Formats: sequence, structure tokens, C-alpha cells
Amino acid sequence: MDTVKIVLRDKDYEVKAGMTLRDALVRLGINRESVLATRNGELITDDEILRPGETIRLVAVISGG
Amino acid sequence: MKCRKCSQKAVINMRQHKLALCTEHFPEWIVEQTQRFIQKYRMFTHQERVLVAVSGGKDSLSLWDILWQLGYNADGVYIALGIDGGFGYSRKSQVLCKEFATQRGLKLIVVDAPKDIGLTIPELAAITQRGKDKPCAVCGLVKRHILDRVAKEGQYDVLATGHNLDDEAAVLFGNTLSWNIGYLHRQSPVLAARHAGLVRKVKPLCRFYEREMAAYALVRGIEYIYEECPHAEGSTTIYYKTLLNQLETDRPGAKLSFYLAFLQAKEKGLFAHTEEEGFGAGGETLYTCPSCGGPTTVEGLCAYCRMVEKVK
Repeated sequence: MDTVKIVLRDKDYEVKAGMTLRDALVRLGINRESVLATRNGELITDDEILRPGETIRLVAVISGG
Repeated sequence: MKCRKCSQKAVINMRQHKLALCTEHFPEWIVEQTQRFIQKYRMFTHQERVLVAVSGGKDSLSLWDILWQLGYNADGVYIALGIDGGFGYSRKSQVLCKEFATQRGLKLIVVDAPKDIGLTIPELAAITQRGKDKPCAVCGLVKRHILDRVAKEGQYDVLATGHNLDDEAAVLFGNTLSWNIGYLHRQSPVLAARHAGLVRKVKPLCRFYEREMAAYALVRGIEYIYEECPHAEGSTTIYYKTLLNQLETDRPGAKLSFYLAFLQAKEKGLFAHTEEEGFGAGGETLYTCPSCGGPTTVEGLCAYCRMVEKVK
């Protein structure tokens, strides 16, 4: 399995493993300033290389009414 | 990416500061910087009593956590607004605030707005002119009134809110687009009490990006309400924040310099003549509401008391 699952709120995305998180976000059209990324509950920076079969959970950070 | 301070793995990269920090040094840095801002803007001292307005969100709970770590005399106030949105938004946020306070042995004041008014915020918004199609306007008015009242009644010296730099930059952006001089004049990390019914208001997180506050909450294990207020969907604030983040992506530090350059320009006298030129919102006469004793810009009842009287 050479894909990575990226979860943001109730949406699941799939990208190829081996690219950086930053490239994956660009590919998915997700602004890097608007999210934080976690791997197994730990925060990671967007230069991390995505590993096959893993799930990255994104935390949306924008709020306000 | 490695932590600038210890070479452990970084958990956040703050491109505007060219600073990456690990899970140990990032929260330490946030706490130190907050103390620096409190002193720089002369917000409050360890001898003063601080009331922190908490909503159950990441910013206000993080602010309370930071002030607690810094040893400030800080109580919290939570306003139950009766917003459900199909998932018990108000109820859930209240539980989170209570748990937060209990875990740290802090005092939390809970005000039940629907009990005071007889209606929840969505109900109030539905039947008032002010709230027509915009419950946030009613919500803001109710919250400001209650926070001022609780701070004054509790004899607090200062009311602290969790506004972060993205909040401030979005407001600044909106007020600049419309050149709303009165509001621009008033926007500041510290708002002095201009009336006997008010206390000083401060924003100790005003120089941190929203992303940093979310990271702080996660690293510190603070449980906050992740869901957005159901009424905030499609709000102008979120739209402006999204636009500013697009700018930030291409030009790291753009949001920070937008806000800081504004503060510096104000210090150098931008809007200095605002009050005498009658742009309002900064220097106009404040009257006292005969019903609640709070401030009002027109003689007679204040906006809150007028609204509540109409619906009772």
C-alpha cells in the first residue's frame, strides 16, 4: 500500500506516499497556514515525508464569527 | 526539521520568525512571549485581579492556562448562550470550561444568558431587528454587556480575552477596507476603561498566530471545543482570515507586519486627531444607562437594555 490517508474534519483524502506533507497539502488545495498536522496524535512539521499506509490527521485552526 | 533550542524534532515551524521548536520548548516560548507582551503593553501586574473570558475554544482556554502558569490571579467567566446547532455547542463548551477549571483548581464564574434574558441567543436573534439574519451581532452585544457587568461586579481590574493575531488582522483588514476610522482608532492590545461601568480590556495573545494557539492547546493537552459555532459558518471574519492566510503562504510574516506596522503607525500619531474631528468610537461622550449603569453612546437606555426591554 503506497498511499497515505489525510483526514480533515469529516473529509478523507488520499495521496501518494514519499512526498512531503507540504507538497501533499498543495496538491489537495489545503492552505498550510490554516491547518496543523498530526501523526499518531503528535504534531509534525510540513517537511515530513509521508509514509506508506499511514494516516495524517489535520486540525483546522481558523475560527471566528 | 529540528528545534532551534535543542535539536530534537520540531513540532511547529513559525516561518514569520524563522523559528522551529519542539514539544518542550514551544509551550515554554509561548508562555515567555506572553509575559513579554503583558509587560510591553502594560496590560496588568501580578497584584491585579484578572478576569479571563472563556468560551471553551482553544484561544481563551490557552490564555487562561498561560496566565495560570505565570502565576497571575486570574479567574474565568463563561457565558452560556443556549446555542445548540444540533450538537449541543453551548453545553459542550461549558463542560470543557468547567473541567479545565477543576483540573487546575481555578475559579470559573458561569453566567446563564437565557436565564437572564428569557431567551436563547438564536431565539433572541430571530425576533430582534439587530439579530435579523445575523445572530453574531446579538451575541456580541450580549457577551460584551455580561462581561463588563461581571468584571465590574466582581471588582476585577482587567478583563482578558483570547483574541489572537489572526483575529486582530482580520478586524484590521475589514476596517481598512471600509476605512472605518473610529474602529481603527480603538483597535489596540489594551483598551482603557472609559466609563465607570467598564474595566480595562486586554488581549495578551494578540501577537500569536491562530495556528500557534491551536498548537499550544494540542501540545499542552488542553481539551477545547473543536467544532465551530454553528452561526459562524460563512462569516466575514473567516473569509478575511482565509484571504490573509493565502497572503501569508506566499509571504511569511505578512499578517504579523500588517498588524505591527498598524500599531506602530498609531503610536506615531496616525488617527491622533480622530477624537476632535468627531469620527466617534474613540472619544465620543459616554452616558450612563439608567437601567444597568453601563456605558451608552446615546442618552437613555443602552443598546442591550433597549433590546431586552423590547422582547420582555
